[in-house]
Amino acid sequence: MFQTLTDKFEDIFGRLSSKGRLSEADVDAALREIRLALLEADVNLSVVKSLRARIKERAVGDEVHGALNPAQQVVKIVQEELTASLGGETIEITYASKPPTVVLMAGLQGAGKTTSSAKLARWFKAQGRNPLMVGADLQRPAAVEQLRTLGRNIDVPVYSEPSDPVAVARAAMAEAKSTGRDVVIVDTAGRLAIDEALMEEVRNISDEVQPHYTFLVIDAMTGQDAVNTAEAFHERLELDGVILSKLDGDARGGAALSVKEVVGRPIAFAATGEKMEDFDLFHPERMASRILGMGDVLTLIEKAEEAYEQDQAEEAAARMMEGQFTLEDFLEQMQQLKKMGPLQNLMGMLPGLPKEVRDVEIDDREIGRIEAIIKSMTMAERTDPKIIDASRRSRIAKGSGTQPTQVAGLVSQFSEMQKMMKRFGGMGTKKAKGSSRKGKKSKQRVKAKGQRGGRVTPKGGVVAGGKGPGRKTTGGGRVTPKGSKSKKAPLMLPGLDRVDDSDLEALMDKFEN
Amino acid sequence: MDTWIIALIVLGLMVVVGGGAFVAVRSRGRDLELYQDGADEIDVSSRLDDVTIDDTPVAEEVEAPTPVDEAPQATPPEPEALEKPSFFDRLTKARSAFTGYLGGLVGLGKLSDDDWEELEDALIQADVGVSTAVSLLEDVRVAAKDQGAEDGAAILSLLKSRMQQELSGKDRSLRIDEGATNVWLFVGVNGVGKTTAIGKVGRRLVDEGHRPLMAAGDTFRAAAAEQLTTWSERAGAEIVRGSEGGDPASVIFDGVAAAAARGCDVVLADTAGRLHNKSNLMAELGKVRRVADKEPGSVTEVLLVIDATTGQNGMAQAKVFTEVVDVTGIVLTKLDGSAKGGIVFAVESELGIPVKLVGLGEKIGDLVDFDADAFIDALFE
Repeated sequence: MFQTLTDKFEDIFGRLSSKGRLSEADVDAALREIRLALLEADVNLSVVKSLRARIKERAVGDEVHGALNPAQQVVKIVQEELTASLGGETIEITYASKPPTVVLMAGLQGAGKTTSSAKLARWFKAQGRNPLMVGADLQRPAAVEQLRTLGRNIDVPVYSEPSDPVAVARAAMAEAKSTGRDVVIVDTAGRLAIDEALMEEVRNISDEVQPHYTFLVIDAMTGQDAVNTAEAFHERLELDGVILSKLDGDARGGAALSVKEVVGRPIAFAATGEKMEDFDLFHPERMASRILGMGDVLTLIEKAEEAYEQDQAEEAAARMMEGQFTLEDFLEQMQQLKKMGPLQNLMGMLPGLPKEVRDVEIDDREIGRIEAIIKSMTMAERTDPKIIDASRRSRIAKGSGTQPTQVAGLVSQFSEMQKMMKRFGGMGTKKAKGSSRKGKKSKQRVKAKGQRGGRVTPKGGVVAGGKGPGRKTTGGGRVTPKGSKSKKAPLMLPGLDRVDDSDLEALMDKFEN
Repeated sequence: MDTWIIALIVLGLMVVVGGGAFVAVRSRGRDLELYQDGADEIDVSSRLDDVTIDDTPVAEEVEAPTPVDEAPQATPPEPEALEKPSFFDRLTKARSAFTGYLGGLVGLGKLSDDDWEELEDALIQADVGVSTAVSLLEDVRVAAKDQGAEDGAAILSLLKSRMQQELSGKDRSLRIDEGATNVWLFVGVNGVGKTTAIGKVGRRLVDEGHRPLMAAGDTFRAAAAEQLTTWSERAGAEIVRGSEGGDPASVIFDGVAAAAARGCDVVLADTAGRLHNKSNLMAELGKVRRVADKEPGSVTEVLLVIDATTGQNGMAQAKVFTEVVDVTGIVLTKLDGSAKGGIVFAVESELGIPVKLVGLGEKIGDLVDFDADAFIDALFE
């Protein structure tokens, strides 16, 4: 599910790495994968075609030839092209010299206009403005009531009257002027792009209020049709930008790219949650990775931020590195982690994880079982699992509704992990000697920019190992020679085949940037 | 198996802890309580930090149910003409791209590789999805070879019958058990048209001689209950609502209890829109379904509402909602626009969930039975 383009490219390019040059056929194979990935992300077909042509031009050019890793090079080109297509100039909101600044919201039914209107009003308010919202959606039952409720929540007044939308807009302008409101946000009814009469009506509203900004609200889950909608609205209203709603879903949001490409107007804002403050200016770079399904570290970090208390996280990281991580800590961390959503999704957001790891089906119920086992232990047992003997084991198994062997399995795997974590920490110490980055104060270590010393040190080719039950690993826990050129200096995790340390390096680099 | 999980947790943890601690600047007020498997006590505080759902049933003693009883109006205001819109008319209105496209192929002789690719493109543009399109066309290629069909018209008709075959033999009826208090649960992501669909379904049921009761289970979105109330008046159905921000499960249970007491046979239960990747909101929905299924209620339909403009994400929606609440049918809304709703083809053929109703317009009578053959015909005409 989370197979990334990088994996696919590596399959395609793997055999060529010795040659270091790409033939046109190789590039074509890669481009087919790119096409597939973009289409699965709902990027419009015609946009995919033009992107593909641009990528091809660069990929067969000198840029890729002779590159050490052609696969990564191509991914980089794709990402750059996507970012360029999505980004360009970001919108900068300027205010009318003669207030009020008028914003018109338009879009299909259910795109999220009313909610976005309120979120935008809150945003303007945060910029120190005095917005007025106008309920010109007289079509949908209770739409104005919805806007009023939202207005009360964010403390922004709403103007509306049960006449007709154009009249409401006209009266609202007068209202804004007389009450000294400097921003007016006009919420309109949802309408289909092919509905002539309603499209004419929104045009009339626009003529009446002469908006400084006209925003089209587009649902991030929209498919191929986004382009038709955007074109039709652009034709009537001359859009200034797009507001992308419901971006907190798991849609890859190719529609954003399509609309930007076709209409040539930037994605101005994006809504990333149900709360009023989950709304901000749009970040094109993040979107590019997301469309490519390449993992979204920034989003992951944001989720972590939401779920974790900073102090706790620092402490846990420190304990982990020092090998003092107990089952109690483990339980706590597991619960924090669960707050961030299903584990499977989280794994998908980690970039650079090898395919084998990402493809593992993680059943969150398994985690429930682990939780039950740990919760059935006494505090002493959680701190020092070594004291668990046969009789304690059977008690724990009874308490958690599991089998004693499962308890034993958990304990032994945990202690393997503990050793491994210690080794990470230890490596950090060793490695960090040169750069003296690992202070004794663990908190600093976590915060310090050069934190890499404290964890995996990819350059050194760290190999930590452990023996998974049922899997014989010889010499678990080695350190490969420093600066080893071997491409795959494997990091063995119990039960995992291997984690390429360049993946981890990439990961750590991302954090540090 | 444990091994994997522990390894992953720790690996994930490292990243998360590191990332979190490293970047954490803001403090966060959100406090998501987790859904514990098995226990029905959930605190769905992602939405409203102070809403606690407790499952101690839900009978009269739970939250004053402030039911707004609309006496069933014998004569709904302004009974709109309920002529069924023709599927075909509505669809062809906006279907020029796809249609014109395939129309062009009809005149062609032996199809070239480019023509085949264009055929694939056409399916993709209808949001059918790449993998579905590719597998459909592979089948058609094989069939074409077997039958010696080469020209555009023959290939097209093969494709059409292949697609019809995919959608054939499904039970698209809406289940009402005689003598029971049937509950139809409407679920879906935000903005697909759940509330509107309920209004229209209510009218259908009234016309068919049933006594529907609407339960305003969307207690999250501002004014959702007002919106449903308006629809209940238009449809001539009864309505039960709770307070905004209240517990959706108890509102729906109140609806079920009220329906049983007043002799209403179908409860149309509205739910708040929720993105399927929000695990606690999905857990809340699972609970709503379990509570709705308690005596005297019996959940006979769980209808997933999907917007025709939805792209490939529709598949993920269908999968997750089915996992959580066991979806029995799909309501495809807004098919009267320029979007083709092809994703439901993929959903139905891959997951076997039948499309039961289709929204073809904004009028109260514009929600009609899905007709697979007409749907596909309209794509090809």
